[in-house]
Amino acid sequence: MNSKKITLVSFRNFEKTFLKEISKTVQQEFGGDVFIKESYIDLSECYDAGRRQYNGNKILKEINSMIIPGHKSIGLFNVDLFIPILTFIFGQAQLGGLTAIASIYRLKNECYGMAKDEELQMNRFKKVIIHELGHTYGLTHCHLPSCVMRSGTYVEDLDQKKQHFCILCLQKLKDG
Amino acid sequence: MEKKISILIVDDEESVRDSLKNWFAEDGFRVAIAENARVALSILESQGFDIILTDLKMPGMDGLELLKRIKTLNKDSIIIVMTAFATVDTAVKALKEGAFDYVTKPFDPDDLSHLIRNASKQIALSHENESLRQKVDAMDNVENLIGKSEALKKVLREVESVAPTNSSVIITGESGTGKELIARAIHANSSRKFYPMVSVHCGALTESLLESELFGHEKGAFTGALFNRKGRFEMADSGTIFLDEIATISTKMQIELLRVLETKSFMRVGGNKEIRSDFRVICATNRDLKNMVENGTFREDLFYRLNVMNIHIPPLRDRVADIPLLIDFFIQKYCSLMNKPLVSMDSAALERILEYSFPGNIRELENMIERAIVVGNGKKILLKDLPFGKDVMDSSVESLDDFEKAFIQQILNKYSWNISRTAQALKVDRVTLYNKIKKYGLKTTK
Ligand SMILES: [Zn+2]
Ligand SMILES: [Zn+2]
Repeated sequence: MNSKKITLVSFRNFEKTFLKEISKTVQQEFGGDVFIKESYIDLSECYDAGRRQYNGNKILKEINSMIIPGHKSIGLFNVDLFIPILTFIFGQAQLGGLTAIASIYRLKNECYGMAKDEELQMNRFKKVIIHELGHTYGLTHCHLPSCVMRSGTYVEDLDQKKQHFCILCLQKLKDG
Repeated sequence: MEKKISILIVDDEESVRDSLKNWFAEDGFRVAIAENARVALSILESQGFDIILTDLKMPGMDGLELLKRIKTLNKDSIIIVMTAFATVDTAVKALKEGAFDYVTKPFDPDDLSHLIRNASKQIALSHENESLRQKVDAMDNVENLIGKSEALKKVLREVESVAPTNSSVIITGESGTGKELIARAIHANSSRKFYPMVSVHCGALTESLLESELFGHEKGAFTGALFNRKGRFEMADSGTIFLDEIATISTKMQIELLRVLETKSFMRVGGNKEIRSDFRVICATNRDLKNMVENGTFREDLFYRLNVMNIHIPPLRDRVADIPLLIDFFIQKYCSLMNKPLVSMDSAALERILEYSFPGNIRELENMIERAIVVGNGKKILLKDLPFGKDVMDSSVESLDDFEKAFIQQILNKYSWNISRTAQALKVDRVTLYNKIKKYGLKTTK
């Protein structure tokens, strides 16, 4: 029996069709039920003026206070995220916890001096979301080059992997 | 069963400790934290750690002193020190005192991964995932290399013999013969298979684009470069880089490439940090490189560095025996992709195919079958479903270029000019497709 419940919490006016497509993909990868929720939080507390970025740890804590019992929740953003030790992150999760966050901000091709490509951007975002949700189910990084749980710190790394779990990670996901 | 690498994080800032703890936990490490040097030492008295990651500047006992104490406890400890940018001198002092390496805060996520990977290698814990790797061995395999012809068997024997070596390989063959597939087979059968094979289609990129593609760039390297970009050489670290259409690169790029191959290090465009990468290089070309060397259009030194091994893939017309098998394979592939019942091949259609010279090789055959399934009656592929005598094989089509132009136009129309899908169908990247569209001046017909 599959009782996975995942909620995508949109914090940045993502378009409905956009969120729908993501939820469809997440559903395909995890099974179970995927919900979409639109929400708002004040991020000013999480903003680091010196770095002009948002502190992922703080955002994660904020979201933690609004979790839905029994659900894994991932907050979707469009801001430049960091954690104190790293120059940037695409997303962040509580390993084996209930919450995660992901941001599309650095996934845009135009930020790298390349032509805009919305499909590519969407695929990258999906990979980040699935990866971070994978962490909430207790998965750690995988060594297989094509597995979505491979750690990837640059968009180019994201492009190398697929949006799917490898057989081993899938097994771990099933076993809980 | 799986032994986790253990790591002790020492930092007086809670947010730093938590961030690092989370980061390493996600990476599968066993993590402990200490808020100052004294706590760290007391933890170390009761248990050992593979790696100790410590801040240098801490109230009370600083990182340098901690380092010395740990070294007296266990001189083989791997200690990595973290430092703010301003105090790099102290970090250098730490190196002299036996630190394994140092990182400046905040780190580029990749720097940290690299550092830890190097440290892990040092601890020789590579056996950690051995059992996992063996299980995976048979699984993440290459796509089928289909055929039973002597010509293909010879190629496969060569793949088998070069794969486990670390040598550079040049794969030659006409376009559409599946050179990238052979490169994948080499990679997948080498010890590098747990790292990516990164492909670069050199012919599709201008010199400056290729440079940024291969070496990456630092933010601000040019207008629009807001963030750092990781180059293909970096991504191929511990894996394989596949350079397709190597004959098309400029003289300047030939020199740069040669330098990278010799030193295995380079800098990002607009950067000043030396980046090291351990990759194997596999190239492919449909040109006669040796001839180009004689003409002086391809550097001889580069040629010899790349051409340690050579694998030649014969054109499809020289391996006719494989055509029926390939047809079966593509029928299965596309019928299942399109959710259709399997179709069969009419004998007249097959006969015509076997006579055909396939200038576009396997790729052309594949497209032909895909199209036939789309336009066909759902039961049998008939001669009329094949593009002979009309369409792309029109008598006005005489050169390979004409063929390509007509063909790309056809596929673009099929996918309503969706560039990504068209590129996927043609098995080229989007940049290549854009360039072809530009080259042939293709336009939407709507
Ligand atoms: Zn991760
Ligand atoms: Zn995996």
